[in-house]
Formats: sequence, structure tokens, C-alpha cells
Amino acid sequence: MNKYLIHLNSKRCIGCHACEVHCKINKNLPVGPILCEISHKPLKSVKGVPKTEFSFRSCYHCDDPFCVPVCPVGAMIKRADGIVYVDQEKCIGCMACAGACPWTIPQLNPQTNKAIKCDYCLERVDQGLKPACVTKCTTHALKFLCLTEI
Amino acid sequence: MKKTVYSICGMCTVRCPIRVEVENNRVSWIEGNPHLMDHALCARGSAGVALLDDDERPQQPLIRDGGRGAGRWRQVSWPTAYDYITEKLKKIKKEYGPESVVLSSRGGPWQSMYKTFIHAYGSPNYTNHDCTCGRNTHHASMSLNGVGRKGFAYDIKNTRHLVLFGRNYFASLQIAQGNQILDMLDNGGRLTYVDVRQTMTGVKADRFFLVRPGTDYALALAVIHEVIKRNLYPKDFIDKYVSDFDELCAFAEEYTPAWAAKECGIKEKAIMAFVDELAEDMPKVIFHPGWNLSRYKDSFYVSRALHILNVLMGNIETEGGLFIPKGPGDCGKKGIRILDCPKPDIKRGDGVGWKYTHFDKGPGLAHLFFEAMRSKSENPYPIKAWIAMRHDPFCGMPEPQRQKLLFDRCDLLVSIDTQYSEFGWYSDVILPESSYLERDNPICLQKGAKPRLIVRRKAVEPKYDTKPSWEIFKQLADRLDISEYFPYNTIEDLYAWQLEGTGYTIRDFEEKGFIDLCDEPIPLYEADRLKDQFKTPSGKIEIISKRLTDAGLPSLKPYEAPDKPVRGMFRLLYGRSAVHTHGHTINNPLLEELMPANTLWINKRAAAKLGIKDGDLLDVTASDASYSGTIHAYVTEFIHPEAVYTVHGFGRQIPLQTRSYHAGLSDQKLMSGKLDDWDKAGGAINLCEAFVFVQRSMRNPKRRIEL
Ligand code: SF4
Ligand code: SF4
Ligand code: SF4
Ligand code: SF4
Repeated sequence: MNKYLIHLNSKRCIGCHACEVHCKINKNLPVGPILCEISHKPLKSVKGVPKTEFSFRSCYHCDDPFCVPVCPVGAMIKRADGIVYVDQEKCIGCMACAGACPWTIPQLNPQTNKAIKCDYCLERVDQGLKPACVTKCTTHALKFLCLTEI
Repeated sequence: MKKTVYSICGMCTVRCPIRVEVENNRVSWIEGNPHLMDHALCARGSAGVALLDDDERPQQPLIRDGGRGAGRWRQVSWPTAYDYITEKLKKIKKEYGPESVVLSSRGGPWQSMYKTFIHAYGSPNYTNHDCTCGRNTHHASMSLNGVGRKGFAYDIKNTRHLVLFGRNYFASLQIAQGNQILDMLDNGGRLTYVDVRQTMTGVKADRFFLVRPGTDYALALAVIHEVIKRNLYPKDFIDKYVSDFDELCAFAEEYTPAWAAKECGIKEKAIMAFVDELAEDMPKVIFHPGWNLSRYKDSFYVSRALHILNVLMGNIETEGGLFIPKGPGDCGKKGIRILDCPKPDIKRGDGVGWKYTHFDKGPGLAHLFFEAMRSKSENPYPIKAWIAMRHDPFCGMPEPQRQKLLFDRCDLLVSIDTQYSEFGWYSDVILPESSYLERDNPICLQKGAKPRLIVRRKAVEPKYDTKPSWEIFKQLADRLDISEYFPYNTIEDLYAWQLEGTGYTIRDFEEKGFIDLCDEPIPLYEADRLKDQFKTPSGKIEIISKRLTDAGLPSLKPYEAPDKPVRGMFRLLYGRSAVHTHGHTINNPLLEELMPANTLWINKRAAAKLGIKDGDLLDVTASDASYSGTIHAYVTEFIHPEAVYTVHGFGRQIPLQTRSYHAGLSDQKLMSGKLDDWDKAGGAINLCEAFVFVQRSMRNPKRRIEL
């Protein structure tokens, strides 16, 4: 069972894309891979005010992930708490995972030549901290939900 | 070993407090100071790490070898660079007098150091970038309240209704205030947003007025009219603290909502409904008086009207309204010392203080020095040198092409900056300042409901041969025999000197990065204690300002409709995005990745008439055809058809900045004739009064032939 979820409160999000940079800095990523993405719908007038909805997408940490079984070296792993992550030691950069994922979520880190994807910042989570994008969100619009607590 | 350093962000001039984690002299994490910001940080704040690693910044002092702007540099040592500058400055002093040297910097808490330096050298000519930023707002507040723009703070969190005239809070980000707005909205407060286009701030609004560009004043006047007509204003407060209120009533008489609706292109009913809401929400209503209002020919009067509206809302020194920021005195504490040297008793080269008596003499007005460079006849002395301390006149002010011809009359141009600025690339010497993560800055005081002392501390050792500004100015001062104004050798000396007599030491900052001067917020002043707060000649809030009258200027200026663009032309407007700070961050690898170039916003119907489709390449040409550039179209129905809009800071021309070189379009180069188009009452440059030709570019591919 997946234990965690990142939720975006669209009412607070201001589309500043800071979360995307917070994530990259935390993972020391070069220009290229972006592990989470903020997007918004085209503006639509609601009672005279052009409005929009924001959404946040990283990795869905699927219950039954396509990316895991396809990895030839067993580098893509799903933990008991649901987090799907890349074991950087094992990964050979073949990117079979990206091909298998319906949303092509895993990306190549050109600096290490290995796959990289959102792993809910598991090192931080294991220390009792929240993911980088959630912690530093400019407006506290992102929330890290622990589903077993609900 | 991991260590934590509390500091102050330097990616924009909001200067948010930050906490930095450092491992082996590498920054691994930056977040908003958890004690003040609950970790929040913007994209630029995080991308400070990429600035550190960026090798496309000056790495040692450079002296120009070829012609100005040719980009041939001699790499020199710091002593060589200091000696070179000192020798030139001594020569200029002898030949033309010390007053022929100008020093410009960014505004903010550290300007006293730069001001001290130029005053001690003997010149009164300290200036800053504010003539392209907040000067109109500042002078509007001075003329009405007798205190500057920062004489009031806004209790946004507790307000019921925030009204923003083009103050795009969520792009021109102030993180703490932005969160206050969102908290206020979460608690059921209202946001009214007025602009010529929809923005990320406007999408959060309850009411949105898309007005014709340059008509903000009409809307503000109509609201004043209606508030007076409905007798909504606080009579006691006005009797006690406001002068010439009757003149305001007579003046506003003709500016009805029906008239304004026509002028702005909005509905009268909507203005009426807005005033109904104001009536419900008073006095917890805040009209933000603007920040970067160096825009239209009447922006000064717009800001003045917004300041007046705050008075009419009865929100002065109230919860959910405007409040006077409290300082050490209010906490019964002694303040810190800052570097200081009295201004030499010589007329300023920009005319402020003698030719123009209604402007704040502190930083004067940078653009008025061009006048002194142009002709000797009218001005007391020529301008022969310009030291730009993290100020980029070519990026900030219109027409860099014309500015260059004027700067050519100077014998010395120096740029002190963490990066190559457009001005720096044209100058004679570049002194590379260490980035904000690699340097210490003096302690500063932040006034507010809970005043505090805060300090920027070095997180890592400089990667290149760069120096902090406190050392640069100290070294120059030593060589110019004015070292007594810089009473320190190390930053520790400076901190100890600043804190002397306060009972604090620099170690007291280590725990949280700042020192609160009181435990609880200082209560608002009692209503009858406000007497001494308005520093106008009459001691009251002056509807008719004596200073303006003495200068031959109206205090209540009759409305004049803005010019309409002729066919094929548009009013050129500029603004900000949340991922860039003007020209400062365009070359940052991680921010360039998010926004590599600007686009030109154009109204859907206007675009259709010109056969322009979203994404098309456009030719944008200055009104006198002196400059032209290409840019991609962003077609939207949510911008007024008279205007085109772009993000400022792009179109850079520094070959060593490979990412930003010629990326996007520079708005300031398209502003023909606008270097001399400034607001006689507010002092700022009118940056939104330029019109440009826009057409679909011939360079759009019809078919592509590769062989
Ligand atoms: S940092 Fe927060 S507010 Fe900014 S885009 Fe991401 S989720 Fe939205
Ligand atoms: S990478 Fe794709 S398939 Fe794998 S868990 Fe994430 S969303 Fe699912
Ligand atoms: S949870 Fe961590 S890895 Fe995933 S998007 Fe957020 S910051 Fe990136
Ligand atoms: S708003 Fe962003 S860039 Fe500006 S000081 Fe704050 S964190 Fe830094």
C-alpha cells in the first residue's frame, strides 16, 4: 500500500516553479532533468475574473509500477511504504524504465548517465523530514500526506 | 562536516532571511529561515547554488584593454586594480574637483557604506536605481505624509480587503507578504486587482478590473469621489490630522464612476459594487500605493491618490491597515551604528536640492546626471567618472545606446558587481564582488511591528578571486586617505563597532540569524499620539503639499487621458516573472532552464488583425526605428488591445554570458526618447510611455529548405 502522497492546494499555488528548483538543488541535478512539474489550465473567466487551476506532477509511485519489472538489473525498486526509487549504484542508464512508464517519468541524469526520478526525497523522509519541494514551497501550497494517519 | 549558516538571500532585493547548509565548503541546501519564513523560498533563492558554481561571472579584477565595450580585458591583481582606480580618481579630483564623480548603487540597507565612501572622497553625488523603481511612490508619500515609501508598513494578514493597482505580488515576489495575502484570502478576505493584463496575482482576485493602459488615475479618482459622496471617510481623523480636505472634495466632484468607467473601459456598476464592498470592509482596507511606479506620466499622482484613499479608509495605524514600522527606540533599545560621512556642501550634479527642491536629497535622481554630462552651460560642473555599485544603468534606464555616448565623456567608469552587467562590460574596470553566499555584509536593522537586527554571513569561501564590498571600499578608502570613515580592518571589527553600546555581540546572531529587539509586537500608537508622525511642513497629512506648491506643481492634478497608439503601434509595457530578477538572473543556469527568453504578450483580437498567431516570430521596432528585435508572440485575450507586454531584463549582449547572450528582447532599447521623459513631480522615468511597431516577422518559416 502506498503510504505517502503529495497534495497541491491550487488555491495557494502561484505558479512560481520554485518547487522544481528546490527538487533539483536537493538532488544536485544539472540542467536537463526536472523531476516535478507545475502546470496550469488556460485562463477562464469566472464571474469576470480570469482564473486557473494549478497542478503538480512528479511520479505517481504506482501501486503496480510498470517501471520496476522492466529494469534489467533490478535498480528500480518499490519499497514497502510505496516509494518507487532508483538505486543509483545498480542503475546502468539503459532507460528501459522510461520506456515502460506510461508518462515517461524517469529521466536521464547527463552528469551520472543514470536514471533519476522523484523518490519522495526518501533520505529526508527517513529522517522524519518532508520532501524538498514541500518543505520550501514558496506559499506552503504543497502538503506531504501520510495516508496511514488519515 | 555539515554546518548551518543563517544569512540573507541576495537573488533579489527583497532580501529574505535564509538558512544555508554547507558541507565541505559546498552549499547543499538553502531554505527560508525557519524562524521567520517557515522554510519558504522562491525559485531564485534556491538557484543561488547555481550562481555559486557559475563560471560565467568575473573571476578576478579586470581592466579594459581595447575600446569601451570591445570585451578585451586584462586580468589584474586586486592591488593593481585599486591603484589604477585611485590614481584616476586623484587626477579627476585635481582637474575637475571631487564633485565630478558619481557613485550609484542599489537602494537598501547597505547603501550607507557606498554613500560614506563618495561623500568622504568629497562628492555629494551619491545616487541609486530608484528613478526606475519606487521614486514616484516615495515622493508621493513624502508630499502627503511627510515620510517616505517605507514610512508605513501594511498589515495585510489582518486586513479584510487588499486593493492592488498593478502591484503584481506573486511575480514581483515578496515571500512573506505573499503568504500574508494567501492567509488573508484563506480567512475570507477580499482581493481586488487592477491591471492592463491578467497576472498570477490577478487570478487570486475576487474582483478584477482590466483597464486601459494609463487610466489607473481615473479609477482611483472615481473611488475617491464615491467615498466622499457617500460620506464614508473618518471625519474625526480627517479633522485632526488632514489639511485641505475641502479642496479634495471640490477636486473630486467631477470624477464620477460613470466617467471613469468610460475612461478605463470598465463597468460603472462594477465600480459601484467595489465601493459597496469598501464600505463593508472599512477601515480594514489597504490600497497598496505601488512600488515600481516609474511608469506613466501621471504615476506619481496615481500613487498620491492611492495614499489618499488609505487616509479615506481610516486605516492609518490600525489593525488590518497601514502601520508605522517600529524601531529600537520603541523597544527602549539603542540602535546600531552605521557608517556615515556628512554630505559635502556642494550643489548636486543632478540638480536635486537646488534646481529641484521637492525631491528627496538622499539619493537624488540618477537620470538627471545625464543632463550634466551633456552640457556644461547649465550645470555647475561636468561629470567625469561613474562608479556603479551593483547598479546597471544600461539595463535599468532607457536607451543604453544614447547613454553610451554620454558616458563616453567620462574619464573613468567602474563596475563593482558579482556578475558582468551591461554597464560593466562597457566600463574601464570591473571589480568582482563575491556572491551573497561568499561574503559578509554589515548588520542591518529591520523595522516593523517587531523590529529586529539581521545580518548576512558568508556561507562558503569565495570560489574565485572576488572580494566583499566592505573590503573593496576599505581598500579604496585607505588609498584615498579617507580611511577614518571606515573604522575597521576585518568584518569582526566592523560588527563590534556597529554593535558597540547595544549589549549584543555578533555571536548573538548565531542561534537564529537575527536578534529580536522585543519579545512581543509593539502595540499600535494611540490615535491621539499620531501628531508627530507626519513630517510635512504643517505636521498634518497635506492634501495640498507645500513642497509641491513651492515647486510650482499641482498637488491635485486634473486627469489627462493617455495617448492612444496609432495603427500598427502598441504601448510597450514591462514587468516581472517569479523566476527572474530583471537582468540579474537571466544567465543563471537553473533559471535560464525555466525561462530562457521572454515573449511578447499581445491581445487576441489585435493579433488577429495583424495576422499574428500564438508562437509567431514578431519584429518589434522602436518608434523612430532606431532599434528593432525579434521575439515570439504570446497571444492572449487577457491583455488590453492597446498594449504589448514583456518581461524585463532580456536581450543581453555580453558574449561571456553564453546562456543569455541575445536571448529574448530588451525593452529598454526600444524606448526611443524616453531617457528624457520623466515625471516632474515624482522624479522617476516614465518607462511605460513608449510606443512600438509590431508586425509578424518575415523570418517565420513558410517552408524550410535545407540543401
Ligand atoms: S513552489 Fe509552491 S507555489 Fe510555487 S509553483 Fe510550486 S507548488 Fe506552486
Ligand atoms: S516512473 Fe512511471 S511507472 Fe514508475 S512508478 Fe512512477 S509513474 Fe509509475
Ligand atoms: S518529492 Fe523530492 S524528488 Fe519528488 S518532486 Fe519533490 S523534491 Fe523532487
Ligand atoms: S524573494 Fe526569492 S530571490 Fe528574493 S530574497 Fe526572497 S528568496 Fe531571495
